[in-house]
Amino acid sequence: MTATHPSTAEVWDWLSHVPDPEIPVISLTDLGIIRDVAWDDETLVVTVTPTYSGCPATTIINLDIETALRERGVEKLTLKRQLSPPWTTDWISAEGREKLRAYGIAPPIDGTAADGRIVARANRMAGGNLAVACPRCGSTKTTRVSQFGSTPCKASYRCDDCLEPFDYFKCI
Amino acid sequence: MPSLPDMTTPDVAELARSAAAHTHHTEIPKPDAGQEAFFEVLLRLGDATLILGHRVSEWCGHSPALEEDIALANVSLDLIGQTQMWLGLAGEVEGKGRSADDLAYLRDAWDFRNLLIVERPNGDFGHTLMRQFLFDAFHFELLKALQGSSDPRVAEIAAKASKEVAYHLERSSDLVIRLGDGTDESRRRMQDALDALWAYTGEMFVADDKDREVAAAGIAPNPESLRAAWEATVRDVLGEATLTIPESTFSHKGGKNGVHTEHLGFILAEMQFLQRAYPGCNW
Repeated sequence: MTATHPSTAEVWDWLSHVPDPEIPVISLTDLGIIRDVAWDDETLVVTVTPTYSGCPATTIINLDIETALRERGVEKLTLKRQLSPPWTTDWISAEGREKLRAYGIAPPIDGTAADGRIVARANRMAGGNLAVACPRCGSTKTTRVSQFGSTPCKASYRCDDCLEPFDYFKCI
Repeated sequence: MPSLPDMTTPDVAELARSAAAHTHHTEIPKPDAGQEAFFEVLLRLGDATLILGHRVSEWCGHSPALEEDIALANVSLDLIGQTQMWLGLAGEVEGKGRSADDLAYLRDAWDFRNLLIVERPNGDFGHTLMRQFLFDAFHFELLKALQGSSDPRVAEIAAKASKEVAYHLERSSDLVIRLGDGTDESRRRMQDALDALWAYTGEMFVADDKDREVAAAGIAPNPESLRAAWEATVRDVLGEATLTIPESTFSHKGGKNGVHTEHLGFILAEMQFLQRAYPGCNW
């Protein structure tokens, strides 16, 4: 029997239905962490990139990918980790950003990743906070409470208009 | 007379060829001196992030504010994640089949190569942040340089980690300024922390033969080359924090060669307990 394996497009589609374990409203493909899907003979090779090096969700993500693909009948599967180029929030899809906002997490603002330079810090100190819009009321009058939020990828903010606290998906 | 059964003459030449081929395959390449130095330098990287990650995690559930508690735990998480990559690569370079976990849990204090500053006790919140800031400023410069490593595995780990460390440095700088240029009480505590930790910063920039060997191969920077940029950051932030940099240039040393303070053993006793008591335990 010659096994006819599903096309890579089909596999991409399946993966677009696997939710992120921490933020279940967005999928793994929305998050931009699936780097490649390819067949090596009869083995399906899925290349995944970690978001943060210590993110505890990484193991769960691999397990979820494996479960989803096994359910679709994939028998031979290899998950490859790819570090380079490192994941960036710029790879979160437009659709993913909208889903984040609707869920109550302010999506990352492109090009604002911390570069750790004192110049950047000084500018920020002088100019106040980034204009992160409140995902609830849309106001840009918001204040950063902490650079680190409920997960490594988020910062804690508070809206100065509606007074609600919210998470901001920070840029890396 | 019955003839003896035919003896097949073994093809001696073929046997010799296969024996030679076999020997060739099982021969384990001896790590050259360069590889040994590379392994050591990787331990210095991974042990620093491991021990600091563990130290900072001791704050979990004890911080003065919920946000700070979460932030400290997240910084630990980043550092432990980076440890997995550095020690994983160290095991690969060593070539003896040791995993990152083996290196973290099954070595004793004298085999650890971390800088002494990261094993210093946490002290109060201000002390922890001052230690973090002094290390972050160094870590940031180190990772920036490592991104240009001649070894692509080193370069890609550094590229990943430096994005995270940029946030660590940003946060610790902000807090050192806020607390230094804060109340009399917070300023006093930050100055005490700086005075106590200053003598542990010099070790970051001392190069030994291993550092020089790895630097010559383009794998990692010579630590001496990182001092100027570190000093610029430190002077800038501490100045804004209205703190006074101690004049003494005395420096404690030894961590990079396995000579540690009495504190490391206690960290390992806690961190390694499970694997020591229940070898191979998994969950």
